[in-house]
Amino acid sequence: MGNEAKLLETFQKRINAGEKIEPRDWMPERYRRQLIRMMSQHAHSEIVGMLPEGNWITRAPNLRRKMALLAKVQDEAGHGLYLYSATETLGVDRYQLIQDLLEGRAKYSNIFNYPTLTWADVGVIGWFVDGAAIVNQTMLAKTSYGPYARAMIRICKEEAFHKRQGYEICVTLARGTPEQRRMLQDAINRWWWPTLMMFGPPDDQSPNSAELLRWKVKRKTNDELRQHFINITVPQVLALGMTIPDPELRYDEKTGNWLIGPIDWDEFWRVIRGHGPCNRERLRARRKAHEEGAWVREAVQAYARKRQQRAAQPVAAISQE
Amino acid sequence: MNLETLDTAIRPALFEYLLRLGDDALILGHRLSEWCGHGPYLEEDIALANLALDCLGHAEALLTLAGQVEGEGRTADDLAFLRDAYEFRNAQMVELPRGDFAFTIVRQFLFATYACLLYEALQQSVFEPLAGIAAKALKEMRYHLRHSREWIRCLGDGTEESHRRTQNALDELWMYTGELFEVDDTLQTLTQAHIAPDMTALYSAWNAQVMTTLQEATLTVPENPPYMATGGRRGHHTEHLGYLLAEMQFLQRAYPGAKW
Repeated sequence: MGNEAKLLETFQKRINAGEKIEPRDWMPERYRRQLIRMMSQHAHSEIVGMLPEGNWITRAPNLRRKMALLAKVQDEAGHGLYLYSATETLGVDRYQLIQDLLEGRAKYSNIFNYPTLTWADVGVIGWFVDGAAIVNQTMLAKTSYGPYARAMIRICKEEAFHKRQGYEICVTLARGTPEQRRMLQDAINRWWWPTLMMFGPPDDQSPNSAELLRWKVKRKTNDELRQHFINITVPQVLALGMTIPDPELRYDEKTGNWLIGPIDWDEFWRVIRGHGPCNRERLRARRKAHEEGAWVREAVQAYARKRQQRAAQPVAAISQE
Repeated sequence: MNLETLDTAIRPALFEYLLRLGDDALILGHRLSEWCGHGPYLEEDIALANLALDCLGHAEALLTLAGQVEGEGRTADDLAFLRDAYEFRNAQMVELPRGDFAFTIVRQFLFATYACLLYEALQQSVFEPLAGIAAKALKEMRYHLRHSREWIRCLGDGTEESHRRTQNALDELWMYTGELFEVDDTLQTLTQAHIAPDMTALYSAWNAQVMTTLQEATLTVPENPPYMATGGRRGHHTEHLGYLLAEMQFLQRAYPGAKW
C-alpha cells in the first residue's frame, strides 16, 4: 500500500471513530477543497445576508425592533468573521476569499438573492431562513473538521435567538390588524419555496453529497434536512392562522411527515446561475462597499508604516551618537 | 430631585432639554446604523453597529424620560416616530448624511468629545434620573471617543487621499460645531437650577481636546469660519432631516395605531 493510501485509510478510520480533524492533521486535498468551498460559501452567505435585512434597519417600526434588528445584522457580520477565520485554518487568505466573492467566482446562499419588500419579510426571514440555517448548522456543529464544528456551535446559539426574534415579529403581526395579517401572509408566500431550496438540490441530484457524508462533513442528506425543517415549520405557520402556499401539502400519518408538492428546481438553478431577482444588486452593494473602503485600508497600512518608522527613529539616533 | 419632586415651573424647559439630548442620540444613531453592511472592513461594520446601538439606547432612555417629564403619556417611540421635522431638537450636525468614512469619523469624534464632557458634567445634575442616564452613557461615549480618535489620527496622517478626505470632512463639519454649545433661555434656566452644566466651561475643554487630537492628526481647523449653523435646537433643520424621518417613520405613519 502506498504512503498516500495508508494516510487516507488512517484518515477515514479517524473519521469513522468520530475524531475531529484539526488544521495541522493530514487530510486529503479534496477534503480540504470541499471544506474551503463550503465554509467560504457559508461566510459569504453571512456577509451578503446582511444586505436584505439591513435594508430595514432604517425603517424598523419602533426603537426596540430597530435595535434588535441592528444587533442581529451585526451578529451576522460576526459570524462572517468567525467563518472566514475558520476557513483561513485551511491555508487560504480571507481577502482572497472576498475577492472570489466580488469577482463572482464564489457562491453564497441563494436565499439572499430575493428582495425584502415589507417589514413582515424581516420577521419571516428570522423565522424561516434562520430556522433553516439552524437545521443545517446543528448538523454542521458535529462536522468532522474541528474549527468548522466549533464555529458552528457558537453561531447556532445566536441563530436560535434570531429565530425566536423573527417568530415573535410574526406573532405580533398575526395578532395585529387585517393589513398586518395580509402583509405576513404575503411574506410567507414569497419566502416559503426559496427557503425550502436552501437545503440544496434533491439527494439524487446533489453531486457532492456522497463524499461529504463519507467524510462526515455532512451527517444528513439535503432531503432529510429539508423534511425536518418542513415538519417543524408547517405546524408553526398553521398555529398563527396563516397558510402555506402549497395546494398539495398534506400530513402523512404513517411517517409523521408533512409532504409537499414539487419544488421548482428550474428556479433554483436559474438563481444559482446569477439570474435571481437581486443577484446583481447584492454583488454590486458588496463591491461598492469594498471599493469605497479601499482608501481607508490603504490609510491604515500607511499609518502603521509611519508609526513603525517613528518608533525606530530614536533608536537610530542613539546608535549614531 | 426626581420626577415626583420636580418643580412644575421647570418641566417645560427640562422637557425641551431632554428632547435635545435624546434627538441628538437618536438621529446620530440612525445615521451610524446606515453603515451596517457597507463599512470598509468587516470589523468596522461591527464597530459602527455598536456605536449606533449605544446611541439608540441613549435615545430610548432620554426620550422615555422626556415623555415622563412632559407628563402627557408620550413614550419614547411616540416621540421618535410621531413628530415632524420642526418638532425635532437635535443639532444639525447629527442629521447630515453619513458621507464617506472620513465624514462619519470626524463627526463622531467632534460629537463624542462633546458628549463625553457633557455626560461627565451631567452626572452631577441635581435631577437624579438624568444623572443616572449620563453615568451609563458616559462609559459608552468614552469608547466612541477612543474609537474615533484612533481613526482620525490614522486617516489624517495616513495617505494623501485619506488626509484630503479627512480635512474636507473637518472643513464641512466645523460650521456645525457652534450649535453644540449654544446657550438660550431654556439652558440658562436649567443651568441656574443645577440641572444642566455651564456650557462656557464645557466649550473651553472641548476646544482644547479637539485641537490636541487634530494637531496629532495633522489636520487644521478652518480659520474664522464666516458662519456657524444654528437653528436645530429650535426645530429649524437642514433639508436632510425630512428625508431621514420619512424613512424612519414610514411604518408608524402608514399604519397609524398598529402594534409592531
